Amino acid sequence: MSEPIIELDQVWKSYETGAFTVHALRGIDAQIQEGEYVAVIGPSGSGKSTLMNILGCLDVPTSGSYHLAGQDVSTMTEAALAEVRNRRIGFVFQQFNLLASMPAWRNVELPLVYAGVPRAERRERAIAALTRVGLGQRADHKPGELSGGQQQRVAVARALVTEPAMILADEPTGNLDSESTTDVLELFDELSELGRTIVLITHEHDVADRAGRQLLVRDGQIATAVGAA
Amino acid sequence: MNWPETFRTGAEAVQAHRMRSILTMLGIIIGVSSVILTVGLGQGAQDEVKSQIDSLGSNLLVVSPGSTTSSSGVRGGFGSSTTLTLSDADAIADSSVIPDVKQVAPVTSSSVSLVNGTTNWTTTLVGSTVNWLDIRSRELSSGRFFTAGEVASSAPVVVLGSDTAGELFTGTAVGQTVTVNGSALTVIGVLESSGSSSSETSQDDTAVTPLGSASSVTGTSGTSISSIYVEGAAESTLGAAYQEINSLLLNLHGVTATEADFTITSQEALIETANSTNRTLTVLLGGVAGISLLVGGIGVMNIMLVSVTERIREIGLRKALGATPRSIRRQFLVEASMLGLAGGIVGVIIAVIGAQVLPGLIDQPVSLSLLATAAALVTSLALGIGFGVYPASRAARLTPIQALRSE
Repeated sequence: MSEPIIELDQVWKSYETGAFTVHALRGIDAQIQEGEYVAVIGPSGSGKSTLMNILGCLDVPTSGSYHLAGQDVSTMTEAALAEVRNRRIGFVFQQFNLLASMPAWRNVELPLVYAGVPRAERRERAIAALTRVGLGQRADHKPGELSGGQQQRVAVARALVTEPAMILADEPTGNLDSESTTDVLELFDELSELGRTIVLITHEHDVADRAGRQLLVRDGQIATAVGAA
Repeated sequence: MNWPETFRTGAEAVQAHRMRSILTMLGIIIGVSSVILTVGLGQGAQDEVKSQIDSLGSNLLVVSPGSTTSSSGVRGGFGSSTTLTLSDADAIADSSVIPDVKQVAPVTSSSVSLVNGTTNWTTTLVGSTVNWLDIRSRELSSGRFFTAGEVASSAPVVVLGSDTAGELFTGTAVGQTVTVNGSALTVIGVLESSGSSSSETSQDDTAVTPLGSASSVTGTSGTSISSIYVEGAAESTLGAAYQEINSLLLNLHGVTATEADFTITSQEALIETANSTNRTLTVLLGGVAGISLLVGGIGVMNIMLVSVTERIREIGLRKALGATPRSIRRQFLVEASMLGLAGGIVGVIIAVIGAQVLPGLIDQPVSLSLLATAAALVTSLALGIGFGVYPASRAARLTPIQALRSE
């Protein structure tokens, strides 16, 4: 088997809150292979969000190591982490987090702006990514002119546009009605079939069931691994 | 993110909140335009003073009597004594003694009432010699100036300033007669307007007669004079002329330099005196305007801080998508400096318009200084950058999680 794309080794994350220390993550060990579709599931307060922050390189572990695509990111500086996020990770958020003043394609090209891709190429790639999620005709629409499901698909296009090592989706269906939820989840299925590595964080079991494997987080630890490893 | 992208993003952010951006810039706009206009007004006033003093004549030195000290020790003001005499003027005019002097005009002056029938007008009656016209760089608009012969014979002739002629006569003044203290003087010429606009020291409200005629009309002694106009041979030797006249008069009056009973002023000294007052005012007003510019800068900081708080999610998103703290800082700095510079540019435009409109409203010339304009622009940009640093680094320091979580 090839090198795992994500490798967590005894990852701890602790927060100092006044007099005592809260351990949000207590020694997480996990490996995710390239092309896997993994759901991280757990009740609120389980440490699932902290895990997502660490997987997304938005935060660094207190101890332990995290290798993403062969790189140890657990000790990187903020600027270096920014570059890793830019190159390796495509984020999909619950709140979509699209910039309302910009048309869809400008939202999608945003990661490419920070990657230093020339303007003409950016637009081309943004339109391609939008076409990929079925919104090629809506490239010039602003987020306010799109439905919730369409907005989330724009966000998925933005996550895809840099060809990242992993798509990290944080409750991507949390703000969607059931029809749009199906819509977006089908999109993830398709992307998974095309070989994308997807990590989906959710608390809904029916959403998690679509993934090839589930990591159940409880009390800051991986409780069960369901499905093929 | 490279610079062009940063500028594009900054411009978009400024445009996205157009109303707020304009209000933010308002402080800078007012500050910049008032700095430029106050400096322009000060400069305009200085230019005007200079042109007025220049219009007195070129390479001019004016010798005035010193102050008197009465037996009780009370000192009069400059010019209160009658220590200057015609012979002083003659001595200065003697080119063998003072080679750097071109010509000399002794002048008496007194306030008189000119009467033409039922019209009367109070003006300054100047008694002088033929050199007066040339030394004061004046021209005649009609008639002629009096001759050396008329000076020698104290002929009852007078040359009027253009304003004075206008007040006394409705038609042509030349050939008419004015009465001063009962003596009739024939108007032989009218002076060309000097173009000086200041009403207090109008060069156009005057009457010039031969020295002797003036003293006989006013009934004063014929030897004491109120000042001596001296035209130097050249600008470069004006200093030498000054020294020569000074030592000659000290000698003639038999006094030492500390007891000098006369003063010699040059145009430069006059300009300097007038300007020092102007400068004080300009600095004062410019300072107030500068403070308003500073307040404008604080306004920029205020709005940028609001902007950072308001766009905290955007900052978080940009960071998640790969923006480094540095590029976030740069983005907000560019935005702040754009607000500053845009305010500065609008301020300059308003100042330029103001410089056209103001002179008509307040009767004061405004000369825009390129230096002040450039300095105001640079300052507005610097204010934008300076007051943008704190909000920008606050934005840069936000962690992406903090920023994304906020609602």
